[in-house]
Amino acid sequence: MATTATELHEENPWARAWRRLKRRKGAMAALVVVVLLIAIAILAPWVAPYDPTKTSFGAVRKAPTWAHWFGTDEVGRDVLSRVIFGARASLSAGLVSVSIAVGAGVPLGLLAGYAGGWVDAVLSRIVDAMLAIPFLILAIALSAFLGPSLSNAMIAIGVTATPVFVRLTRGQTLGAKVEDYVEAARAVGNPHWRIALRHVLPNIVPPLLVQASLAIAGAIIAEAALSFLGLGQQPPAPSWGSMLNSAQRFIAQAPWMAFWPGFAIFFAVLSFNLLGDGLRDALDPRHK
Amino acid sequence: MLAFLTRRLLQIIPTIIIVSMLIFGLQQLLPGDPALIMAGEERDPQVLAEIRHQYRLDEPVPVQYVYWIKGVMSGNLGESMRLKASVGALVREKLPVTLQLATMALIIALGIGIPAGIVSAVKKETAWDYAANLFALWGLSTPNFWLGILLIFLFSVTLGWLPASGYVQMSENWKQSLATSIMPAFVLGNALAAVLMRHTRSAMLQAMGADYVRTARAKGLEESRVVLKHALRNAMTPVITLLALDFGTLLSGAVLTEQIFSIPGFGKLIVDSVFNRDYAVVQGVVLVTSSLYIMLNLLADIAYVLVNPRLRG
Amino acid sequence: MLPLRSLLLALALMSAALAGASAQTNLRIGLAEDPDVLDPTLARTYVGRIVFASLCDKLFDIDENLKIVPQLALSHETSADGKTVIIKLRPNVKFHDGEPFDAVAAKYSLDRHLTMKGSFRKPELASVESVDVVDPLTIKLNLKAAFSPLLAQLTDRAGMMVSPKAAEAAGDKFGLHPVCAGPYKFVERVQQDRIVVEKFADYWDKDHVFIDRITYLPIVDSTVRLANLRSGGLDLIERVLATDIKTVREDKKLSLSKAVSLGYVGLTVNLANGPKAENPLAKNPKVREAFELSIDRDAINQVVFNGEFVPGNQWVSPQNPYYQAKFPIPKRDVAKAKALLKEAGVTTPLALDFMVPNGVEFRSVAELAQSMTAEAGFDLKIRLTEFATSLKQSEEGNYQVYLIGWSGRSDPDGNSYSFQVCGQPQNTSHFCDKEVDAAHEEARGKTDPAQRKAAYEKIAARTIDKARGSVVYLYHPQVLVAHTDRLEGYRQMPDGLIRVIGLKLK
Repeated sequence: MATTATELHEENPWARAWRRLKRRKGAMAALVVVVLLIAIAILAPWVAPYDPTKTSFGAVRKAPTWAHWFGTDEVGRDVLSRVIFGARASLSAGLVSVSIAVGAGVPLGLLAGYAGGWVDAVLSRIVDAMLAIPFLILAIALSAFLGPSLSNAMIAIGVTATPVFVRLTRGQTLGAKVEDYVEAARAVGNPHWRIALRHVLPNIVPPLLVQASLAIAGAIIAEAALSFLGLGQQPPAPSWGSMLNSAQRFIAQAPWMAFWPGFAIFFAVLSFNLLGDGLRDALDPRHK
Repeated sequence: MLAFLTRRLLQIIPTIIIVSMLIFGLQQLLPGDPALIMAGEERDPQVLAEIRHQYRLDEPVPVQYVYWIKGVMSGNLGESMRLKASVGALVREKLPVTLQLATMALIIALGIGIPAGIVSAVKKETAWDYAANLFALWGLSTPNFWLGILLIFLFSVTLGWLPASGYVQMSENWKQSLATSIMPAFVLGNALAAVLMRHTRSAMLQAMGADYVRTARAKGLEESRVVLKHALRNAMTPVITLLALDFGTLLSGAVLTEQIFSIPGFGKLIVDSVFNRDYAVVQGVVLVTSSLYIMLNLLADIAYVLVNPRLRG
Repeated sequence: MLPLRSLLLALALMSAALAGASAQTNLRIGLAEDPDVLDPTLARTYVGRIVFASLCDKLFDIDENLKIVPQLALSHETSADGKTVIIKLRPNVKFHDGEPFDAVAAKYSLDRHLTMKGSFRKPELASVESVDVVDPLTIKLNLKAAFSPLLAQLTDRAGMMVSPKAAEAAGDKFGLHPVCAGPYKFVERVQQDRIVVEKFADYWDKDHVFIDRITYLPIVDSTVRLANLRSGGLDLIERVLATDIKTVREDKKLSLSKAVSLGYVGLTVNLANGPKAENPLAKNPKVREAFELSIDRDAINQVVFNGEFVPGNQWVSPQNPYYQAKFPIPKRDVAKAKALLKEAGVTTPLALDFMVPNGVEFRSVAELAQSMTAEAGFDLKIRLTEFATSLKQSEEGNYQVYLIGWSGRSDPDGNSYSFQVCGQPQNTSHFCDKEVDAAHEEARGKTDPAQRKAAYEKIAARTIDKARGSVVYLYHPQVLVAHTDRLEGYRQMPDGLIRVIGLKLK
């Protein structure tokens, strides 16, 4: 049996990464925030003070009060409750679309990098072409094609984010392919798929993890942008982007409507970015 | 070097062909009938049929593609259904606008990103470093369109210092031109500055650990000289190549930013045309911007290899 | 393109040189959209008509009370059988290129509307068989059948006259440099950025034109448009949001002009278009009545439009002479709605696919309709749809309820015929009632308003009363235009267009 990469180091690299990550206060704070946001999203029905879709014609665009901490929106719904429920749309958009991108991009990248030849050439040209078309245009076209809904927006963002993962995985695979342990595995006659999955993949996980956390940040913004254009979450269900969309025309009269969802996006994206940074440092083997 | 160049140049051709097929195919997938959206409130079936025939919408998609590509080959990007203007003319009209916005954004990004990157590398793990990092994260985490709305609210509505939107050509009135483009340029430049700052920082850190910098220090050179002359010069190469790519992205249109500030550039043109199903415009403009992007990409690659011959492989 | 460009540049420079002598007045108008092609024959957007109001005069115009008044025409006379219309033309009128406007030019323009490929005026002038030149200043329209809305059509794009020489030379590119007989002539256009026009020295009514130049600037975002007006970057903006009226009124430098628009917004129910129409709302008028009773039009107006719009239940507003007072707006009655649903044997909640074109105000209206009808037992599933897609899907019958508006025409026929008559293009619901069709033809054949109104009453009884028809009309927007106090003489007409005659800029 060939030696796997993990056995080449004295300490389990994951344990070492965790130890390093724990030292980074910013990243740990971000991790806590991310966990908290996920918890809020899951527990939204219990955390939110009101039904996020309950309209109240008597209390339209009311400034924040003790009853409504973040104020009410254009049809009298509680902004705080909507921000809380909106976390569901944004976080799931981030997680699902990146899962799609990883799920499609990594195998394709492995294939391109490992197989080389014309397979690589074809895949690489397609990736180049997709990257050359503006991200949002691609996403707008895709979600308009699929029909506006949150899940379709996720698919659109996921597909649009795939080329980055293909390119990254391919590059990493090319690098890993020539490493000793892969050569060794090949020498003892392991089948290709096994080498790709057992030996190459585990060693390219760290950069993928970093890219994924940053891509989640990007996907949250992309979902907000699509919802802002009306191509994401369908009313009356809230999403931070669609809340901003309707808040835009009340920016002078009801600034709280625009402030809180915008701040929520900022906060969530910041956390994923910080986490990504922390992971990058913690997983970087060159770092001490 | 020649072999590398030839190979990279040859790669461009299939890429551009795939881009052309992607944009053509993608918008054929879009729901909605261009003739119907063009007709707006008037939807007499006979008139619609005439329009479909006039713009070859009644032919099979591959045939339409061939017609389009034939035109492109002979330098004709087609005609806008909505405006009856040639797409080539539209591109020429919008290019200066987008170019100006992209350049200003780039200047802002450079002005903020590079100094911040240098400072945070030199003053590693001090308050300066953290402040610069925080700024970079802020820039990366603020949604463009939200920042745009807030800026308009603050500087145009509340303070009344800047025009809320629109665009004035440089040649017409440069002061007005700067006033109208400063906010959108800042919104675009801000995010880019964050990226630049991070790249500058890590490139600088790497350069400052390198032998020649240690030698320079050992020779007793002033620290500021070491940083600016030796480390910075070497750190800039990767940053500049990255810059070329970012500039390419800016050129391909700042979609939402142009929308919010009503800037008549590529981004707004593309989005409006997508929503109006003005196929020829979407195809033509995206083809042009994508090709620009691919060219800049190529230039960056070549520059990178020139500096780093090892990477030719 | 290049010679044209340099010509324009030269023109611009010349006018700039002239400006040195006396200060030029420039009216900057903020539009809500970028107009489409500026060719009266090929144009089809509402916003384009705003620009035409300064560029291209029409044979007739409307006044504040929707009365038809002459513009390039002097008078008209319809024969007793309604099948010929004789129009006398105004003498001494010139086009922007110096060509004279006469009967030959008028015939040319109308023939162009009637025969040009892709002409959107063709259906509007469908009743016209041919146009004859009677004498240099008289034309005769020969109609296929009596058609009373014809003159109203000639108050809009179908009545716009173009210079035959320029139109002949430019062909379908005429819209890039339109040459008409309006108070202003075309200077330049930068797509999505601006359209500039300047005073036409030989305009037939030049004594009432005071502003030298008008620049139209499309600014889609209403907040940004208003911000520009307030900061002085614009002098006049159209389509002010009702919720911004307070801001405009509080600003001492601004004034607001308004008029109830000719259009409406309503909920179209898919009655018979495809399999989606297989539902109780489409099949059972009782369920539609319940649906209408569950909606509070006043509340929608209050919440979304600050009470500034006009709630309505017909294709014309309650102020319109053709409004049928016999069928007033029903009051909201949830209990009755529930009872009707029960009577109809509908299991609640009744889920319905609710297509809503994307837009902030529409979204709020949809959300309110959703929450109101939910109380009676309906479950509207909002599906925000990009406008381009919604047009196609409405045509295919891919909706059960569709929130959609109509910009409105001055003649009631323009707000109803195409939507209610079997097989007409706007009738995506496939509503079909022979008696309604007959009443429409009757209204078209009569010129006496009282007789026409009587014909429309028959239609209302079969469509408006108890929501028997396909549209639950909700409200009529206000045309809201805000402008700086420096602008004098602005009057808003119900068609929403910005008329420039008589305007002064201090």
